[in-house]
Amino acid sequence: MELYVFDGSLEGMLTAVFDAYRRKSVSVKLVSAEHYLPDAFTTALHVTSDREKGKRVWQALCKKLGKEWQLNCYKTFLSEQPEAFQQLFSFIRYIIDNPQGAEANFAEPSVLYVSQMSRKVHREKHRMEAFVRFQKTGEGIFYAHIEPDFNVLPILTTHFRDRYADQRWIIYDLKRKYGLYYDLHQVTEITIDFGEEMSSNLNALPKQVLDPQEELYTLLWQDYFKSTGIPARKNMKLHIRHVPRRYWKYLSEKQG
Amino acid sequence: MYERIREKLGILADAAKYDVSCSSSGSNRKNENKGLGDAEGTGICHTYTEDGRCVSLLKILLTNHCIFDCAFCVSRRSNDIKRTAFTVEEVVELTINFYRRNYIEGLFLSSGIFKNADYTMERLVRIVKKLRNEERFNGYIHLKTIPGASEELLKEAGMYADRMSINLEMPTEAGLRLLAPEKSHEEVKKPLGYIQRNIVQLESEKAVIKSVPKFVPAGQSTQIVIGATPETDRDIMYTANRYYQDFSLKRVYYSGYIPISHDNRLPVIGSQPPLVRENRLYQADWLVRFYGFNVQEILSDAHPNLDVDVDPKLSWALRNLDQFPVDVNTGDYHMILRVPGIGVASAIKIIQARKFARLHQDHLKKIGIAFNKARHFIRYADSPMQLRDYEAGHLKGVILSEGQSKYRKQASNQLSLF
Repeated sequence: MELYVFDGSLEGMLTAVFDAYRRKSVSVKLVSAEHYLPDAFTTALHVTSDREKGKRVWQALCKKLGKEWQLNCYKTFLSEQPEAFQQLFSFIRYIIDNPQGAEANFAEPSVLYVSQMSRKVHREKHRMEAFVRFQKTGEGIFYAHIEPDFNVLPILTTHFRDRYADQRWIIYDLKRKYGLYYDLHQVTEITIDFGEEMSSNLNALPKQVLDPQEELYTLLWQDYFKSTGIPARKNMKLHIRHVPRRYWKYLSEKQG
Repeated sequence: MYERIREKLGILADAAKYDVSCSSSGSNRKNENKGLGDAEGTGICHTYTEDGRCVSLLKILLTNHCIFDCAFCVSRRSNDIKRTAFTVEEVVELTINFYRRNYIEGLFLSSGIFKNADYTMERLVRIVKKLRNEERFNGYIHLKTIPGASEELLKEAGMYADRMSINLEMPTEAGLRLLAPEKSHEEVKKPLGYIQRNIVQLESEKAVIKSVPKFVPAGQSTQIVIGATPETDRDIMYTANRYYQDFSLKRVYYSGYIPISHDNRLPVIGSQPPLVRENRLYQADWLVRFYGFNVQEILSDAHPNLDVDVDPKLSWALRNLDQFPVDVNTGDYHMILRVPGIGVASAIKIIQARKFARLHQDHLKKIGIAFNKARHFIRYADSPMQLRDYEAGHLKGVILSEGQSKYRKQASNQLSLF
């Protein structure tokens, strides 16, 4: 068993795969620097991220995998789970070592893991597509912040750009301290200095920076939410299964 | 100053909520003009009501004035309620502003009938036209077809809407005549058929000419109210099945009747809506559409109603134990799909994975089948030896005692005696 430590980036992870092949390592334990705890009995190999090496591994992988599975790999990586790195590492080696079509073998643990974890990440992405609530600012920018379980901003770009092509918008990840800004032409990554810590409540933007009509539409949406429910069918258990409590703070209809 | 619009929205959203359709999927309208919105791909539920239904569209009536007097409807002429109507501009403003804030996927617009069918339909068309042409809105629009509206208006509506629907209301003609003497199923079939023919025609033109305009790209749907009249599940599903076939409907919605009237033809106010029955009907509907079942296998003269305590797939399996067990390592895909506890996604995974290795219990659990339920109906590489055959009634008892049905507690409003 050899211990590889990498910097936590996708490039670093792919470089680790490259190094493992070069060093002919059979069994590798991969951890990110963030989760690495040195101990007296194993010497760790520190992987230096290398664009060229990373690219070669990715290209080798793409020869074997279709678009959907390539995206599954990326989604699994975005989960940021410590064991996801190890599983993804095993998955990539398994695919490269086996003939085309090996990703259909759900009896192989890493295949099952990548398939299941990428679905979790995909679900979180889908939830963000649903639960983002923009507030219109006086300058006409539609602003929302989120704290997703996984790092899903990179895979949200296309959805929001295609949908809100004629309005400027910002989606900010408070947990990971970066956001997306669309300026009517393209989406760029931004960081905002909020001064003191931004609270993750929905109504965090001070009233004076909001568009005068913002209050009306929040009210109308809350009203609508109430009138569209049918009291005779009330079923809070089902409601909470679909809208878990941890997301309520974003949802203006749950504040009224 | 907010009060007027708030009151209108309250009344007209409340009156629209009994239409359960919520889908916002199946369209192919892309944002190609750098306008607002994109209705391509799978739908999104932006929130859920406290009764657990998806909220994806702004679902409102244009007005709750109505010339008809259907006993099951809150907006019926004889009901003493506050009446109001939106202006065209108000509906457009609400839709656009809700959409921009990511509250909704689009608009679901229905209406009571004021004056006559054409007058009403013409106003609905004016709204969707304004949304598409002036606001450059590419979000999802579900438009109600008003029975009796002219074919010209229907054709125009279809150019702007993603989905159109018209409700059968009651499962049989007789049931409808009892509660809504002014309506008939024939009136529903005519516009359904007209729009269906137009969809088909445009599809065939598309094969030859590339740029044909869109026409109701997400297809048509309908709704059947259940529990208001005494039809059996067999009547309901056979009707649904016929409409799926005759008009290529995308969905039939089953809406458990919520008592809203003191009319003695209907269940009394305060009686429990038939939620379990509604759920079983949806399950049966899924079996027909996605699991390759014939509706005659699920419901027949000998078996006119769905079981309440077990789902229709399990119920079918218990009636057909001679077809089991199925060996997951060799069995036919269609038969694996029929095993209680195995869904479409798991069935596909099983078929793929078994090419690599013989599947054991462990694999099956990890793939995600409901193993405790399925194990009675399958064989796998390490199945235990089984000496005696189960008998259907006994097996049902075993499965019920192991699982926890979400309905078992709720279904009995009766206090237990001991």
